[in-house]
Amino acid sequence: MPAPNTFTSSAAAFFGGVKSALTSVFVLVLMGTYIGIGALAHDFGLPSWWLALSSMLVWAAPAQVILISALGAGASLFEVALAVTLSAIRLFPMVVALLPLLRGKGTRLRDLLLPTHFTSVSMWVESLRLLPAMLQEWRIAFCNGLSVGYMGTAVVFGFAGYYLAAGLPPLFAGTLLFLTPMSFLISTARNAHMMVDRMALVFGLVLGPVLTTMQVQLDLMWTGVAGGTLAYAAHRLREAAA
Amino acid sequence: MNAVMAELWPYLVLVLVGFLPNEIWRALGLVLARGLNDDSEIVVWSRAVATAILAGVIAKLILFSTGALATIPLPVRVAAAVCGYLAYLAMRRSVFAGVLVGEAALLLGGVLFAH
Repeated sequence: MPAPNTFTSSAAAFFGGVKSALTSVFVLVLMGTYIGIGALAHDFGLPSWWLALSSMLVWAAPAQVILISALGAGASLFEVALAVTLSAIRLFPMVVALLPLLRGKGTRLRDLLLPTHFTSVSMWVESLRLLPAMLQEWRIAFCNGLSVGYMGTAVVFGFAGYYLAAGLPPLFAGTLLFLTPMSFLISTARNAHMMVDRMALVFGLVLGPVLTTMQVQLDLMWTGVAGGTLAYAAHRLREAAA
Repeated sequence: MNAVMAELWPYLVLVLVGFLPNEIWRALGLVLARGLNDDSEIVVWSRAVATAILAGVIAKLILFSTGALATIPLPVRVAAAVCGYLAYLAMRRSVFAGVLVGEAALLLGGVLFAH
């Protein structure tokens, strides 16, 4: 499927983004993931509108899963905030990597506020894949449309999961929960064009569980910093040797 | 007054311990990313960090599952992930095919070996 790269207006670019979101594989992933999260929110007795608002404000499935389960388990608010912020560190380099693709000569800071808030794995992976082939002037509108398509899907299927929760058998719920790691593993591998990204993927897969098992403080942060830096150093060494 | 507070409390909690600690990293990215090109070394490095953290979360979700996924044994979860990845490679790098095969393998293993 060729990426749409020419539009006649910002509105056309926006709806092109929405269409691109709704026809991508991530929409299926979001359906499954948010049906699972909806079920989780129902189990912990949170209002369905609270879940919808969390999808719009937090807009990161891992952070939402941590937030809902930790609040439901009665963890202290400080503990919950710390766990959420640790799971969200990955958003920082994602925004840093995404914004240069969106910023043109006349781009104002306020034009970047929405794409910044919308930054999440699905939108990030698709933006990095589709935006480079697109004229700079349509990228922000396309990116916002893409995000609205994904976020709308998440909100709708969060409600669906919330109200399906009562009847969901454990095996089926487990299969839905598995959608998140399975799809993120494959889409990250697909998006890793450079050797440095592939090495970072492998190092992260190994370091994450190892540091958790060793009960290292801030294990997620160290997984990223150590794994990413190791991959980057290997990349620089290979370049220097070439 | 107390009834109103009880009603609003979950939403206040959502903003304080959900939205703000999550959004801070996006805001930092916006502030610190100014003037960077997408091929600059710091961007290559930060993408590697993001990829490694995400990979760590993926591995932990599979290895240290909670809730309904924990009822499916660990070897089944790992085998299903490997099957999905191999299917993705075999079927011309199709994400959809990989996810579908991984899910089917998990479901099959779950039916056969669930606790």
